[in-house]
Amino acid sequence: MIHSDVVEVAAKLALVVAAFLILPLLIGQMEHKAMAHMQARLGPMYAGAFHGWAQLIADGVKFVQKEFVVPTSADRTIFSLAPAIAMLPYLLALIVIPVGATLVAVDLDLGLFFALAVMSVSVLGSIMAGWSSANKYSLLGGMRTAAQLMAYELPLVLAAASPAMAAGTLRLTGIVEAWTPWWLVWQAPAAVVFFTAGLAELARPPFDMPVADSEILMGPFTEYTGLRFAFFLLAEYAGVVLLCALTTVLFLGGWRGPAFSHALGPVWTLLKVFVLAFVVIWLRVSNPRLRADQLQRLAWQWLVPIALAQLALTGFVRVVTG
Amino acid sequence: MNIYGSGFFTGLATTMRTMTRRSVTRQYPEVKPDLPPRSRGVIGLLEENCTACMLCARECPDWCIYIDSHKETLPATTEQGRARTRNVLDRFAIDFSLCMYCGICIEVCPFDALWWSPEFEYAHYDINDLTHERDVLREWMWTVPAPPAHDARAEPPKELLAGRPATHPGGDAEQ
Repeated sequence: MIHSDVVEVAAKLALVVAAFLILPLLIGQMEHKAMAHMQARLGPMYAGAFHGWAQLIADGVKFVQKEFVVPTSADRTIFSLAPAIAMLPYLLALIVIPVGATLVAVDLDLGLFFALAVMSVSVLGSIMAGWSSANKYSLLGGMRTAAQLMAYELPLVLAAASPAMAAGTLRLTGIVEAWTPWWLVWQAPAAVVFFTAGLAELARPPFDMPVADSEILMGPFTEYTGLRFAFFLLAEYAGVVLLCALTTVLFLGGWRGPAFSHALGPVWTLLKVFVLAFVVIWLRVSNPRLRADQLQRLAWQWLVPIALAQLALTGFVRVVTG
Repeated sequence: MNIYGSGFFTGLATTMRTMTRRSVTRQYPEVKPDLPPRSRGVIGLLEENCTACMLCARECPDWCIYIDSHKETLPATTEQGRARTRNVLDRFAIDFSLCMYCGICIEVCPFDALWWSPEFEYAHYDINDLTHERDVLREWMWTVPAPPAHDARAEPPKELLAGRPATHPGGDAEQ
């Protein structure tokens, strides 16, 4: 009995690790190609011979070959640790994401709380990298990351609280089971706020002021090379996977689709995740970077009030409908 | 009509519309670019026409044309005639690492010995290889295209207006 339990847990964790390694690559490739075509370009065409499908693998091989350089005055320990801090939280958070009705590695009672708590640890990686690099651009980037985190963590959590309140549980599978198509309408403001705030947490364009390459080189990642730089990139795309998965689970009904919700659950989930990932890319291509004041105004004057109003609405509906 | 925030959706629509259309990228090594007529790729030398008059070398703003020549005396062909001298070309080279492709040498050549060719793929690892000697310059002549036709309603070329027979550039080179 114990033996089969161990095997099951190991298999689930292996699946989570595989998803963590493969899904970001798929989204990265999609970004390469979709962004290219949105700009009337072709994107990678040579690596792997067919439409550059192996571009990111080639990039990975290149990153592995590079030397790991630490600046002389950098804080060596923190500097080396930062990429892991940035990346691992997303791996941990992926554990609680339900992919199918029964396909979830660990079904925590506090699943949503766990995912949000762990997800925000990742930002520490950027701040650590910025502080320990002994580089003014890195430091500026780290400070911007911190400022952005302050502004957007609040609307993110407030917006995530709304579906939890509507479902009456923090368990992610419970939220999906309580989901009805009506949520698409009356939880829509929360969904928009959650998705936008999540993008800002990930410092994805148009919220990429912390890594604004035209202003401060590469922000906190300026001094990084090789595999550790690749970890930051992987963390960014894993973050996109996690954000899209969480949005799917909280607002779009997770594994539930128009038909065959039980048999095709994982297919529905992945489909929704990839559509959302496409939206992430689409927003990135279509919008210029927000300025510091625009970032703060969007967070405090729009997202927070909308999230609060949504919470009030959700609470009201819950009380009225019992 | 300018509703606050409508630019956001215009942007999204623009990128989506672009995505559904064909990309404009040309995959250069496989697909050659469509060069406009009179493209300035490389300069060819029709050395049969060259009299080593040095006009091109002197007009060149970069001084990238090297010409060596000597004089030969041709004996008189008739009883009372006198011997004539003519220039014989020893070296004609253009240093394309200096050349700025202004085309003044081609404009200034009185005997149509220099020609534009649209060929541009002659990059080298060694800068010395960019100095094309007369044999290389002669080879470029094979790539010189026939001049584009005159516009339908343009005035006739000045060679015709001046009563001179029209020259056939390019045609001479191939015979």
